[in-house]
Amino acid sequence: MTAPDSGATPASPAAWEPKVLAFCCNYCAYAAADLAGARRMQYPPNVRLLHVPCTGKVELEHILEAFEKGIDGVLVAGCLEGGCHFLEGNLRAKRRVQRVREILDEIGVGGQRLLMVNLSAAMAPTFVERVREIVETVRKLGPNPLTTVKPEGAKSE
Amino acid sequence: MIVASPKSVTEVKEIIAAHRKVLFVGCGTCVTVCLAGGEREVGIMAYAVRMARKLEGRPIEIEQVTIERQCENEFIKDLAEAVDRNEAILSFGCGAGVQAIAERFPKKPVYAALNTQFLGILEEQGVWTEKCQACGDCMLADFGGICPVTRCAKQLLNGPCGGSTPEHCEIDNDMPCAWQLIFKRLKEIGQEDRLKKIRPPKDWRGSSHGGTRKIVRNDHRI
Ligand code: SF4
Ligand code: SF4
Repeated sequence: MTAPDSGATPASPAAWEPKVLAFCCNYCAYAAADLAGARRMQYPPNVRLLHVPCTGKVELEHILEAFEKGIDGVLVAGCLEGGCHFLEGNLRAKRRVQRVREILDEIGVGGQRLLMVNLSAAMAPTFVERVREIVETVRKLGPNPLTTVKPEGAKSE
Repeated sequence: MIVASPKSVTEVKEIIAAHRKVLFVGCGTCVTVCLAGGEREVGIMAYAVRMARKLEGRPIEIEQVTIERQCENEFIKDLAEAVDRNEAILSFGCGAGVQAIAERFPKKPVYAALNTQFLGILEEQGVWTEKCQACGDCMLADFGGICPVTRCAKQLLNGPCGGSTPEHCEIDNDMPCAWQLIFKRLKEIGQEDRLKKIRPPKDWRGSSHGGTRKIVRNDHRI
């Protein structure tokens, strides 16, 4: 999986709206999102859901690829601890998310842009709350810095 | 197997700071198994370094390839074209792999992305321990298959020391005392008598103390 620059266009600061990707596991998070939809609960349109079989299937590379391509924030949403359909997929995801946060901090993208949440299929309000939370966090942090770097040569002032 | 651990992204970035086009080379053998330098680890490091360099306003182009074994010319030679296309090589092999590549491509800078640690085994998922120091004159037969050269902190050949406890080595609470293990195992296999022999100091000349080692086996030469 190599990721050439996706050419994410730097938006003008005024028009900028956070873009957030949410990896949602099939058995809990995606079902909770579905329930939120069925109940017509409103949540920010900034988030795109990505349906995965289990958060244990989300690898470091998937999250890093999203950031390299210019996403502003990532949510990894899995079952409650102890409630994973595959027993411990969400616990593995938790460790991987922690590792990616360290990498993001080390390289200057910022680990706060990545969040893991745990919820059950019935917890639609929690899902909505967490989506709002990450969108607001990312809004405060501003755009993914990779989308706003000036091209080479234009840096010196 | 040879166990290695990855250098930090920051250190790797420093090492290749002067280059704009670098070939990252993974190794498919020991360092893949110990999750330090295989195809996936190369990929993850490439993501991190590319993003970091972009943020610095000095983008880098990274080509990735993982070969079966970096310590054998037979596999290294396939890298030639990719090496030509790049300014430098970052090897994710053990120290031997890095040097084998450097010898093969004398005109290219070759750097190490890993810290090569020891000869060891996988203890449990994500945990590796050292088992052998390649001393060149194996004494395992005397010690029930447990190596005091590697696993006794003081390398005692007539242990244990006065600080030994059944639970752990006196210098590391997380490590068992090799001599307790040796005694237990020799007893289990009915060979405690081996411990009656006092061992003279080990001759270290066959180890790295005698300089770089080389093995020549005429029966295999062609
Ligand atoms: S005695 Fe030497 S060769 Fe044998 S296991 Fe120990 S360090 Fe390795
Ligand atoms: S406690 Fe055991 S392993 Fe540790 S130094 Fe003493 S004899 Fe060696």
